[in-house]
Amino acid sequence: MSAPTTGGATAPLLQVRDLHVDFSSGGRSVHAVRGADLTVYPGQTVAIVGESGSGKSTTAQAVIGLLPGNGKVVRGEVLFDGKDIAHASKREFVGLRGKHIGLVPQDPMSNLNPVWTIGFQVREALAANGLATGRAAKQRAAELLAEAGLSDADRRLKQYPHEFSGGMRQRALIAIGLASRPRLLIADEPTSALDVTVQRQILDHLDGLTEKLGTAVLLITHDLGLAAERAEHLVVMYKGQVVESGPALQILQDPQHPYTQRLVSAAPSLASRRLESSAPRAQVAEHAHRAHEAAVAGSSVGVEETPDVIEVENLTKVFTLRGAGPRGEKLTAVDDVSFAVRRGTTTAVVGESGSGKSTVAQMVLNLLPATSGTVRFDGVDITTLDRRQQFDFRRRVQPIFQNPYGSLDPSFSIYRTVEEPLRVHGIGDAASREARVRDLLDKVALPAATIRRYPNELSGGQRQRVAIARALALQPEVVVCDEAVSALDVLVQGQILTLLNDLQAELGLTYLFITHDLAVVRQIADDVVVMEKGRLVEAASTERVFAAPEQAYTRALLDAIPGGRIELGR
Amino acid sequence: MSDRRPTAVRPGQERFVAPLEETPLAAVDAVDEQAPPTSQWADAWRQLRRRPLFIVSSLIILLLVVVSLFPSWFTSVDPRFADLSRSLEGPADGHPLGFTQQGTDVYARLVHGARASVSVGIVATLLVLVVGGTIGALAGFFGGWLDAVLSRLADVFFAIPLLLGGIILMQMLDTRNSLTVALTLSVFGWPQVARIMRGSVLQVKTQEYVTAAKSLGLSRAKTLVRHVVPNALGPVIVVATISLGTFIAAEATLSFLSIGLPPNIVSWGGDISRAQATLRTDPWVLLWPAAGLSLTVLSFLMLGDALRDALDPKGRTR
Repeated sequence: MSAPTTGGATAPLLQVRDLHVDFSSGGRSVHAVRGADLTVYPGQTVAIVGESGSGKSTTAQAVIGLLPGNGKVVRGEVLFDGKDIAHASKREFVGLRGKHIGLVPQDPMSNLNPVWTIGFQVREALAANGLATGRAAKQRAAELLAEAGLSDADRRLKQYPHEFSGGMRQRALIAIGLASRPRLLIADEPTSALDVTVQRQILDHLDGLTEKLGTAVLLITHDLGLAAERAEHLVVMYKGQVVESGPALQILQDPQHPYTQRLVSAAPSLASRRLESSAPRAQVAEHAHRAHEAAVAGSSVGVEETPDVIEVENLTKVFTLRGAGPRGEKLTAVDDVSFAVRRGTTTAVVGESGSGKSTVAQMVLNLLPATSGTVRFDGVDITTLDRRQQFDFRRRVQPIFQNPYGSLDPSFSIYRTVEEPLRVHGIGDAASREARVRDLLDKVALPAATIRRYPNELSGGQRQRVAIARALALQPEVVVCDEAVSALDVLVQGQILTLLNDLQAELGLTYLFITHDLAVVRQIADDVVVMEKGRLVEAASTERVFAAPEQAYTRALLDAIPGGRIELGR
Repeated sequence: MSDRRPTAVRPGQERFVAPLEETPLAAVDAVDEQAPPTSQWADAWRQLRRRPLFIVSSLIILLLVVVSLFPSWFTSVDPRFADLSRSLEGPADGHPLGFTQQGTDVYARLVHGARASVSVGIVATLLVLVVGGTIGALAGFFGGWLDAVLSRLADVFFAIPLLLGGIILMQMLDTRNSLTVALTLSVFGWPQVARIMRGSVLQVKTQEYVTAAKSLGLSRAKTLVRHVVPNALGPVIVVATISLGTFIAAEATLSFLSIGLPPNIVSWGGDISRAQATLRTDPWVLLWPAAGLSLTVLSFLMLGDALRDALDPKGRTR
């Protein structure tokens, strides 16, 4: 590569002009990117924002020559330092990658090779770009890790990826990405797999580092708040096209394109409030009472109506890792947790990974036996249920899971999926069941045509609607949502949350909402339980937790919400 | 809100808003109501029928099945009729491939030999599918001591080579026919299917739809049959197709060693065995049954490969 263009700050480092990328699959070609334009100046942070399938990652891959085998740049140019690299050869890209353009990949779990030490992998990056070998490389690697914010770098070099947490791995990947001091760093969703507090630390560190080194950053993200907080210039992509671009604050406060307006209004942040119910809250309580009356008829469990539909008391779960018996390693996943869920309301259990929130959900669903403590449903301890009572309990407490691609049986049509609960519990005959399935699909706003389809034809949000319909088929009183909207794009997430909220008002449902996302909590929950490392940190109403958090951990969680302090234009 | 944000907008970064008519907005998460519904099996089929590998192999297999069901459609000559005066004669009118040492018609034996190979292959495969599939599914789904016992049992049988086990077992049997050969082969063939099924079930049972079925109150056995097995079947079908070819080859080997099918059943393996005496002088007598056998085994291997691409995306080479 030539020496940096003279003129310094005024000449753009990267210019993408009218970029078109096609993917060919099964004889058809799909236009993934259609006429994208963007400009990055040296030392500047530019963010591409978009939902999945918007072409944001494809654009970045085209810049760095890492398009998958069936992808091709069909038109346009990518000027890096004034030179067109859109059709550069493999050899030219090898010279560019690492040395001039660094990459921080998305998934820290799969982007480090598990059979080599971290030190080896950093040294490899140095050697590949001809920067240092042997003893010098060893020392440089330690410096780079220290620079990326890993303490005790010398020892870390000898460790393997599995000994690192997700955040530490991402720091190692940043060290590798910046090893040869590239002038442009492409960060593709660098923190979306990490907890919010870790995300904040890493992005702060990356910010400081790239500023010090004068590295330009092309940040790819689905999170508008995060993009606005970190970048000067935003490029909003939708279905392969750039719909809006400009200074970050301007776009956020005065979005012009209808899609950007949608994104801004759906962006969950601290500024958002609880979703309005279609019915007044008092009426919801009344519906919940009637739902209980209906469910109790013919049920062998929980006939008494208590104000708190679920009471969790001193719940503890200890897992034995590696080897049974007294010598096995113990892990206390849930440690003496107590809380109650009021009938007809939503209680959110919030925590980062490893907080034990999902284990709580599993025990409330009676899918996992508790080590000690009790879970009471309508006043009955669910650990003491016999077979028949257990069957009746299942009818009244239903789950919705996180992964929209894993929660529906791919070999069942949508009709069979939603009908199955009715069939298992022997409700109605074929005709009445079909009517019920149609009614349920209508409730979750899926067209009747979906009934004959299979899950692989539906999007993530649509599958999640089917999962909701299945959960509601038995007219349960309680629905446990385990990260039910976490895997969805922000617009779809907003849509599903609204749906859940409306269904609660209509049917008097009680939700136990497990999530890592405080912004979602704000939108849907009445009460919040904050968990950290298996322990309950704080439990109060949503208003109180957000207005006046009592614990330092809760405050840290709130502070870490990206873009939380930016005033959005609404 | 970083303090390094410059106030002046630089060239190329001016505010840009795409015209709405060029970037039309779709409803959030709308369902495409036009597309025809397809299941994953229909998807696999659509993918398969475009693959030359699949088309060629399934046409050959179809032909084989027809030949073994209705050999009289292809030849009216009795394959067992021996005319020693015509021993090792070349092609003649009505006898396109000539004669064996015993004076039987090579073409007729080729046609009638297909039945033995195909029936042993299919019966043995069905047996290993049922036995291996059931054992693998139970071991994978229930785990614990049941898995330990069944997996060790499978290991014991897995340690015995298919042919060696076949030779020993066949020597101990009094009756030798297609069924006993198939039974013998499946005794040593089921552990492979069981292993694949177990692995596949282990993977499927952690899926959330299995947990969802449990939360519905569905019993464990019903969950296994309705949700786990149908989704675990893909890789097993692939392996079964490939082992069908292996079984056919093994049957031919046993017959070649004259401990497989008895001489009164026309089989390619037996014919190859008898033709080896005249290999130097009259190689075509051996060539024809050998070609039939190779083509059959090859088509099942190719079909297995094509199925793997469609059903088991993990093993895809592209």
